[in-house]
Amino acid sequence: MHWGWLVPHLPLLFHGLQITLLILVFSVVVGFILAVPIGLAQVTGGPVARTIAKAYCSYMRGTPLLTQLWLLYYGVGSLFPMIPGMRENFMWLIRLDAIYYVLFAFTLNFAGYEAEVMRGAFLSVPRGELEAARAIGMSSWKVLSRVWFPRAVLQVLPTLTGEVIGQLKSTPLAFTLPVMDLMGATSKIRQDTYIIYEPLLFLALVYMILTFIITRAFGYFENMIPKRK
Amino acid sequence: MAKDTTQTAVIVEDLHKSFGPLEVLKGVSLTARQGDVVSMIGSSGSGKSTFLRCINFLELPSRGRIVVTGEEISLKPGTDGNLHPADKRQVERVRTKLGMVFQSFNLWQHMSVLQNVIEAPVHVLRLPKKEAIERAEALLNKVGLYEKRDQYPAFLSGGQQQRAAIARALCMEPKVMLFDEPTSALDPELVGEVLKVIRDLADEGRTMILVTHEMKFARDVSSHVMYLHKGIVEEEGPPKQVFGAPNSERCKQFVSSIH
Repeated sequence: MHWGWLVPHLPLLFHGLQITLLILVFSVVVGFILAVPIGLAQVTGGPVARTIAKAYCSYMRGTPLLTQLWLLYYGVGSLFPMIPGMRENFMWLIRLDAIYYVLFAFTLNFAGYEAEVMRGAFLSVPRGELEAARAIGMSSWKVLSRVWFPRAVLQVLPTLTGEVIGQLKSTPLAFTLPVMDLMGATSKIRQDTYIIYEPLLFLALVYMILTFIITRAFGYFENMIPKRK
Repeated sequence: MAKDTTQTAVIVEDLHKSFGPLEVLKGVSLTARQGDVVSMIGSSGSGKSTFLRCINFLELPSRGRIVVTGEEISLKPGTDGNLHPADKRQVERVRTKLGMVFQSFNLWQHMSVLQNVIEAPVHVLRLPKKEAIERAEALLNKVGLYEKRDQYPAFLSGGQQQRAAIARALCMEPKVMLFDEPTSALDPELVGEVLKVIRDLADEGRTMILVTHEMKFARDVSSHVMYLHKGIVEEEGPPKQVFGAPNSERCKQFVSSIH
């Protein structure tokens, strides 16, 4: 076993970790914020909102994330230069950077999955509890923010934990674009040093630790409300 | 017919309600003055729960007039054949004056008992939290649940949950309490503890409208009893009359079959 490469490459690995965490946290947080109205639209929305939301979820859940990512980067990304005036200003640099496509694609994808989870979660809250909230004088917004939403989220926390872990393990797809995430950093080390296995072992270990942290963090929230065994 | 609204807590006039082609209420009226305990009895499907749920607009009536503590709810016809509140805010405000207790308790499972009780006073009435807690603890004490205030509903018996639900409704200091078969979902041995709490409220002079299958209880606590059958009031009057000497043959059969 060779581990001499580790210390000199720590800055690179740390950079990779930051990118991985950026993709994970951004897509999970923003994706979830988008998922709530998309999920709710499927439960309470009119026919138009319902159809749009359903179509969105079907696309996001029905196609591989890698396909979505590449469609966005190679497809939509290549359309930008055709817009007149686009190549002249500083925005061009930002638009070129692959990380923005990664964040965008990962967020939309996560929103699609979580909207479906939230749809089920909203439906699973007993009607009677919502009725009690209305009957006591809560406005529709209060019913949603004080009873319906928190109740729904707590119900699906175990599912959400799994989804976030799944999202973590999707992040190496970013490496298919010019993005130096943890996977990318590891690959660079392997190419630079010709050491094959140890960096991969190390990579696996880091993902495991991240998964452990996510599980514990969600577990903390799950245990806030005691459950009857 | 104009009625004096100063002393009346709830007036319902000529209430109709249809679910599609099925008309479950065919013109039911009720007047509850301050301190009245009105019980509604009748077999299942007679429309009594639907009637109660129309008072706070959990169900939308098809026709009729509803006045709560002197305030008439303005209604406008919707495309679905029901009357809809013209002003959402008005209904929300009126609901805070109507304490509703459900058959299935409907406590919010993600909140402790105390949180359930202070939730609406704090977030709807905007009462300072400290004050709400004081009020809630006094009520929980009254219904015998002070020790259980930090428990979650799932850990309570049905009777305890229902008493907590009563405390939750009372914490809004409502003008009228609406009970929708409050003991029907309870194990027989737990019925008594809930009825006792309701009886205490009646003795305090609280205005209550009670849908129930507990005939003996209705007879004891009510000032007025209404017997509903197929969406109309078949018999009504003081409990002595309805249970003792009803005019309606059907009502006679009903009360004797239950006893």
